[in-house]
Amino acid sequence: MSATMDVKIEDGKLALTEHEGVDGWDASTPMTAVGQPATRLEGIEKVTGSARYSYDVRLPGQLYAAVLRSPHPHARITRIDTSRAEALPGVHAVISSANTPQIPWFEDSFVFDTTVRYVGDEVAAVAAVSDDVAADALGLIEVEYERLPHVTELEAAIRPDAPKLRDSGNIAGEPTVYDRGDAVAAMAGADVVIDAVFTTQAAIHNSLEPHGCTVAWEGDELTVWASTQSVFTIREDVASGLGIPEHKVRVIKHHMGGGFGAKQVAWKNDIIAPLLAKRAGRPVQLMLDRHAENLASGNRPPTRQHVRFGARSDGTLVAIWADIHIGNGAYQVGGEASNVSGMYQSLYRCDDVHTESRTVLMNTGPAVAFRAPGHVESAWVIEQVMDELARRLDLDPVEIRRRNYSPIDQVEDKPYSLPDGLAYCYDRVTADFGWANPAPPAVAGSKRRGRGFAAHDWAAGSGHPPAYAFAKLNPDGGIDLVTGTQDIGTGTRTGLAQLAAEELGIGVDQVRVQLGDTASGPYSPVSSGSSTMASIGPAVRGAVADVRQQLLRLAAVKMEVAAERLTIVDGRISVIGTTDQSMTIAEVMEDVAPANLLGRGARGPNPSDVSIRTFGAQCVEVEVDTETGEVTVLRVSTAHDIGRIINPALVDSQIHGGITQGIGFALTEERVVDHRLGMVMNANLEEYKIPTMLDVPPISHAHVDVPDSVANITGAKGVGEPPLIPTAPAIANAIFDAVGIRVHDAPISRQRMLTLLAEHGQSAAPEVAR
Amino acid sequence: MAPQRMPVTVTVNGSDHHLLVEPRHTLLDTLREDLRLTGTKKVCDMGNCGACTVHVDGLAVYSCLTLAVETDGHEVRTIEGVAPPDGLDPVQEAFIRMDAFQCGFCTPGQIMSLRALLDGNDDPTDDDIQTAVSGNLCRCGAYRNILRAGRLAADLQRARRESEVAR
Repeated sequence: MSATMDVKIEDGKLALTEHEGVDGWDASTPMTAVGQPATRLEGIEKVTGSARYSYDVRLPGQLYAAVLRSPHPHARITRIDTSRAEALPGVHAVISSANTPQIPWFEDSFVFDTTVRYVGDEVAAVAAVSDDVAADALGLIEVEYERLPHVTELEAAIRPDAPKLRDSGNIAGEPTVYDRGDAVAAMAGADVVIDAVFTTQAAIHNSLEPHGCTVAWEGDELTVWASTQSVFTIREDVASGLGIPEHKVRVIKHHMGGGFGAKQVAWKNDIIAPLLAKRAGRPVQLMLDRHAENLASGNRPPTRQHVRFGARSDGTLVAIWADIHIGNGAYQVGGEASNVSGMYQSLYRCDDVHTESRTVLMNTGPAVAFRAPGHVESAWVIEQVMDELARRLDLDPVEIRRRNYSPIDQVEDKPYSLPDGLAYCYDRVTADFGWANPAPPAVAGSKRRGRGFAAHDWAAGSGHPPAYAFAKLNPDGGIDLVTGTQDIGTGTRTGLAQLAAEELGIGVDQVRVQLGDTASGPYSPVSSGSSTMASIGPAVRGAVADVRQQLLRLAAVKMEVAAERLTIVDGRISVIGTTDQSMTIAEVMEDVAPANLLGRGARGPNPSDVSIRTFGAQCVEVEVDTETGEVTVLRVSTAHDIGRIINPALVDSQIHGGITQGIGFALTEERVVDHRLGMVMNANLEEYKIPTMLDVPPISHAHVDVPDSVANITGAKGVGEPPLIPTAPAIANAIFDAVGIRVHDAPISRQRMLTLLAEHGQSAAPEVAR
Repeated sequence: MAPQRMPVTVTVNGSDHHLLVEPRHTLLDTLREDLRLTGTKKVCDMGNCGACTVHVDGLAVYSCLTLAVETDGHEVRTIEGVAPPDGLDPVQEAFIRMDAFQCGFCTPGQIMSLRALLDGNDDPTDDDIQTAVSGNLCRCGAYRNILRAGRLAADLQRARRESEVAR
């Protein structure tokens, strides 16, 4: 097999399909590099402080930028005077709607709009010799606003008399409606119906490196060191915003201090920085401060979900109905959609399903995908409702899920590529946790213990074309691997090196991986949807297989055997089944030096007859202190169908990270808005509570590690997002197990827990303030 | 107008620097902007997250809450000054081996906090380790591996000391 390219016309358009040109690895393929817990290639840089993030770029003459943001949730700008700021020594550029052309950005608005729609919306920007001077200059800009009525509360924004963000109203577009069968009619046949309203909060990504970039013009060419999950998206949007060709813009991202979904689109800072740099004639660094990072760089949207689930007395579902409101904030910024409806339609077998979903505009910072967008929100509801059904019907919470198992994707009407994937997760996680064992003593003083279970699916993680890679075999036998993907902290660099090493039969230390540069790397898609490894991994295999084929042609001539009879093990080429005749890769390449062998790989299509999904299940044990309302997670077990595990250590790290963020989402994280003022009250890391070292219990990852050989030629799927999805409902279910209280509203703060305990007469506190 | 600059002499990673800084200028900005030691990270800039942790006279401090003028006549150590010339510090080595980071942005601060702990305590308990980094936020959620790295770092440090004694 060799790389091929199919071209045809589909619906009057060219359709291009490429293939990797190499057979897939299946479960029985012996592996040496893949499956090993290799340490990260960038380890030394990251532990010595030499890893250069976008925030760390330092160029000669570089200026530091700051952005003036709207103090009002909704207003018209009637006057801007920047003259005093411009006169301040050390200030090199000031831009605003008063002196900058209107560049379209986010729907029908502009980079500097004369209407501001949330507290934090961009009004003006300054570039100066230091952060301190830039901050001083912001204080000298005079702006007059005409206040407009605002609305920052999800349910209030839907009311007909609500202040409107757009002439068309606060519902963005048409409601998204899905029907399979007739949920309303089928509900009548249920023995038990759960009818409830759940809500989830706005959560902030709070990546430790803020959004931002450092930019430098050289003539008419622009280089952008961006903190981004997609160098090619930044290139496209910056070029189009500035009206210059894409090849004049080079976007670089070597290391990034976290993104979690929020850095998958180009934000206004990505265009403001080049505008400032152009005006100042100097390089400019524009990184958001922590306050802005909390206001203006995306959030997980708040939701309200009214649901009805109907089941027969044996636990089988007869109908699922959901009415969903998603609080989008002021602008729709694009990127991965928050599909809250999806898992209602897919996770459990049910013939009669109705979902409808409305995206609601309001005067808060814009929402953007946040690790498993939509699924975290819907799992909070679905998995609590399943738990509730199990309890009403006196069934084990795992058993009720087994009774509603779907081996097919009911939306696509196709079998899953690994139909038993979720069942493997049920088996592995319950065994690992000891779900069947008797629970430990549940009561100790004011403490109550409980155990909870939750499962999930995830719509992405399959990867997809197009994605490309180049491999260059050097005369000394080492490989340069070049692709335009990016390592967003997950370990992509290392995983790709393992794939390349495996394909060529060399050590991981003989592979250098070059990522995150649009000037050198061929196109690779945004790192979102847990799809990076599954998208680019097959292209990398293809590129290295191309090199391998060329290498074996050379070796075959030298060794006077047919190329098909040769194999490579530990960098040594030999005839299959013999040991007497062999050469190292370097020995072959030496003869032709300084010639290189160049390989090209293109990601092939996904199979069309199956649906590729990832699945997972978690068990948690919690302790509720009925005196303080504090919930402590004591331990977590988790299992995931993520296909082949390329690097178990790095996968475990992703699992830890997802569960840690799930604990934060469940218990402490919430953007708090004063709806009267329209202001966020906790836009910092003091009052927006992310988990600390002391909040994370032991986490056990029960590896499923069944290659999904149907999915792609590596057998690997994505892992980044899944572990976060079931954590919060598993915790909520464990709380119910401990104290018999169903918590409908996330997060389960101490205050909320104490209030609920008091309402249920269960508070051990001497006096609970209400 | 910007306030008057003040002379500061500070030793950073063993080298003396004579600086003129505004009184409001933080040690963090001095390191990152003036000395271009960007290994120390700016995240919250208000003492919430620990990413800017450095040592002043051997004590772990938040450099965003320390003014540069306060360090006049003092010794500062940053992540760039931790590794011995011929390799890595035991904490650094343990972080790599235990995969105690993902994006790596909090890592310099975590390492400086643990370095300060191990400078005074060769045999820390889990509680000691967790307390030492409880002021260092990690958004990627590497905490469990940071705990493992803390244990390993202590082991490596003791082993190095013993082999030095043996020599």
